[in-house]
Amino acid sequence: MNAEFTPQELQFQEDVRQFLEAEFPKDIRAKVDNRIRLEKDDYVRWQKLLYQKGWAAPNWPEEHGGTGWSAVQKYIFAEEMARVGAPEPVAFGMKMVAPVIYTYGNEEQKKRFLPDILASNVWWCQGYSEPNSGSDLASLKTSAVRDGDHYVVNGTKTWNTLGQYADWIFCLVRTDNSVKKQEGISFLLIDMKTPGIKVNPIYLIDGTPEVNEVYFEDVRVPVENLIGEENQGWTYAKVLLTHERTNIAGVPRSKVRLEKLRSLAANTADGNGGNVGDDPIFQKKIAEAEIQVLALEYTELRALAAVSVGKAPGPESSILKVVGTEVAQFIDELYMELAGLQSLPFVPDQFSADFAGVEIGENGAAATALNYFNNRKASIYGGSNEIQKNIICKAVLGL
Amino acid sequence: MLQDSVQKFVQRHYSFDDRNAILASPIGYSEECWALFAELGWLTVPFAEEDGGFGGLATDLMVLMEEFGKAMVVEPFVPTAVLGGGIVAALGNAEQKSAMLAALMEGRLQLAGAFYETGGRYNLANVATSATREGEDYVVSGEKILVLNGAHAAGLVVSVRTSGDQRDATGISILHIDSASAGVKRQEYTTVDGHKAAQIRFENVRVPAANLIGEEGAALNALEQVVDRATLCVSAEAVGALDALLQKTVEYSKTRKQFGTAIGTFQALQHRMADMFIECQLARSIVMMAAMKLDSDIDADEKAKAVSAAKSRVGKAIRKVGQEAVQLHGGIGITNELDVGHLFKRVTGIETLFGNTDYHTARFAQK
Ligand SMILES: Cc1cc2nc3c(=O)[nH]c(=O)nc-3n(C[C@H](O)[C@H](O)[C@H](O)COP(=O)(O)OP(=O)(O)OC[C@H]3O[C@@H](n4cnc5c(N)ncnc54)[C@H](O)[C@@H]3O)c2cc1C
Ligand SMILES: Cc1cc2nc3c(=O)[nH]c(=O)nc-3n(C[C@H](O)[C@H](O)[C@H](O)COP(=O)(O)OP(=O)(O)OC[C@H]3O[C@@H](n4cnc5c(N)ncnc54)[C@H](O)[C@@H]3O)c2cc1C
Repeated sequence: MNAEFTPQELQFQEDVRQFLEAEFPKDIRAKVDNRIRLEKDDYVRWQKLLYQKGWAAPNWPEEHGGTGWSAVQKYIFAEEMARVGAPEPVAFGMKMVAPVIYTYGNEEQKKRFLPDILASNVWWCQGYSEPNSGSDLASLKTSAVRDGDHYVVNGTKTWNTLGQYADWIFCLVRTDNSVKKQEGISFLLIDMKTPGIKVNPIYLIDGTPEVNEVYFEDVRVPVENLIGEENQGWTYAKVLLTHERTNIAGVPRSKVRLEKLRSLAANTADGNGGNVGDDPIFQKKIAEAEIQVLALEYTELRALAAVSVGKAPGPESSILKVVGTEVAQFIDELYMELAGLQSLPFVPDQFSADFAGVEIGENGAAATALNYFNNRKASIYGGSNEIQKNIICKAVLGL
Repeated sequence: MLQDSVQKFVQRHYSFDDRNAILASPIGYSEECWALFAELGWLTVPFAEEDGGFGGLATDLMVLMEEFGKAMVVEPFVPTAVLGGGIVAALGNAEQKSAMLAALMEGRLQLAGAFYETGGRYNLANVATSATREGEDYVVSGEKILVLNGAHAAGLVVSVRTSGDQRDATGISILHIDSASAGVKRQEYTTVDGHKAAQIRFENVRVPAANLIGEEGAALNALEQVVDRATLCVSAEAVGALDALLQKTVEYSKTRKQFGTAIGTFQALQHRMADMFIECQLARSIVMMAAMKLDSDIDADEKAKAVSAAKSRVGKAIRKVGQEAVQLHGGIGITNELDVGHLFKRVTGIETLFGNTDYHTARFAQK
């Protein structure tokens, strides 16, 4: 791993910049700049442009449509994307279920599912958690009982992010009750249009129905939708979870948000004739966040270097998840502090595309408390930060 | 006694579901509850006996607000009785007091304090809204942000500049402006923590000179003292809300099972709840200290310093206890379905109101 980019890498960086300048849709960029919530269509439209360029899935193996980039190239790409505010793909298809399908799926499944994921034709959601199985995921109860060529699925999944948009859901289901809890779980792909599925929104404290409860009542799922072997689902799920966790670190996004915060602070009146950016206390806080992001960045680069020489992401993905989410949440706090009293108005309409009124608060101030509230989720999902620490204790420290 | 009375009220009228219904109503607070506040004498608590009040002790306000905090009461007690009423009590002449305070204490008059401006941050001396004398009137122009209860209050108590430059300590006056006056433009909204507020523009609003409260150009000291009392009030409210968060988290940890056992049996979480408890206790102590100082006869600067100490320390407790309560609940903690998320939002709002933690830490150091 080099601290400086090679000439080829610099050229690649230039190519990425040019592509983003030319192709990242101006209207989506304006939405991101103005903190307007992105719609399903915005994600899909942008993903399709990346797909046409061949850059939809940098982390996939080349044979399935990956880019074949080095770790450094992936890093550059992520950084340039964040710089212009280009949204990451919604993770569930591209970054979660796809790696499971190309690693453990059969040829038929690869042909059937991967092209549509790559081209963003199909929206996926994740059906792991249940009301009584959160951190103790392996205790899940949603059952799949074999009946001829089908599994009959019954149970409740919850916290399904953006499940309201989903065409398909990948689920962990119980196929054997008689063995240790981890050994009776299977990995099943389910078409959301199948009769017997009901989706109910759950409203988060920022007022958005970002997650859902999904009910399954005698849902018939063809056996060819089973990934790998029956009762081996936990193994596949854990692989997927480590992927989920590395993506959570969010270094490029945190860097960009800190840069923006700095320039906003330099232009925010402190009420005494100066700017908040000149306040040594606030400067210290920004600096601490920047230093933490740097340490995280080099931890991630070390982890990536290990992966690129053939190792699977190991327990260090837990570090990335814990620190990445904590620093992002700290940045949320700083934005809210900078916004001051104007963080308090609850005016979400201002951040929808068709808002035509007079905005309250400058520079998206009124979005900052809502972001802070919403992003408390980051230390809860993807295996809570407490669970990550348990993993470090067990897998690294041998406790 | 006060504590008892609020607790009984909450039991009968202010469950989490009651509160949700109140929030969903068009005016965003309950007129029936407000009438009860008056009937139970709570609206007299901020006022001295000679003004017809209960005594005006900060220690009494503290008790009342703490209970309000536990139930997340959204009725505009602080804007009406502590900010608006506080200014009238501190600066008003006999006529103004008799016209306004009795009506206020009987629940017939709603007030709001409009003191903050864009670009002024938490500096009460940063007043660009101007009031120019024209004959028997002042003509007022400018804009105030985050006016709590600004949408419904009949009377707006507004800091205006009658002379000097934008941040001068002198030249600040207070006007009582009828919210129905021509040229008062209100942009109404709910705050993230469920209170009603407004951004208010004054476009050449004519206000009778008789509506000047106190001496022209000399309002800043009283304004700061009134806001300090309001700051103490919301700090006490936070103490109540933080206690509720701790209690709910401990209870939840005893019932929520993962890995075949209550999550409260995990020592990693037990220590976090012990830390929350410690924070709650420190917050309670420092608010009590500040309330007692406000009720003593030390000088104004020392009182201000005590209030800033309290707000700063409570702010730290808010971050810690608020975040931990949500985290220990897991996903359910950040949904609108559970009261925990709403308590978290309210305490977070309080952290910013009347100056955030950094502001009050710096003010403490400077006083
Ligand atoms: C916004 C959001 C989106 C989500 N999206 C999805 C999704 O798309 N698909 C999906 O399947 N799931 C999703 N989740 C679910 C998420 O993975 C779970 O919320 C998470 O696993 C925690 O489970 P829980 O909420 O039931 O909390 P619990 O497991 O009940 O945990 C409560 C608290 O106890 C702690 N705890 C539990 N066990 C231990 C232990 N052994 N040691 C120490 N502490 C412990 C936890 O860390 C937490 O602080 C989402 C969650 C949220 C909040
Ligand atoms: C969302 C999620 C993601 C995961 N990702 C990974 C992963 O990427 N890699 C990986 O290897 N594993 C992962 N795991 C599994 C994890 O490492 C452990 O397996 C899991 O946290 C513990 O559950 P277990 O069923 O394996 O039981 P064990 O951990 O073997 O537990 C055995 C017993 O110990 C008890 N116990 C557990 N924790 C405590 C505690 N803190 N205090 C007291 N008693 C306790 C339990 O009651 C249980 O009966 C994940 C788990 C979840 C929930």
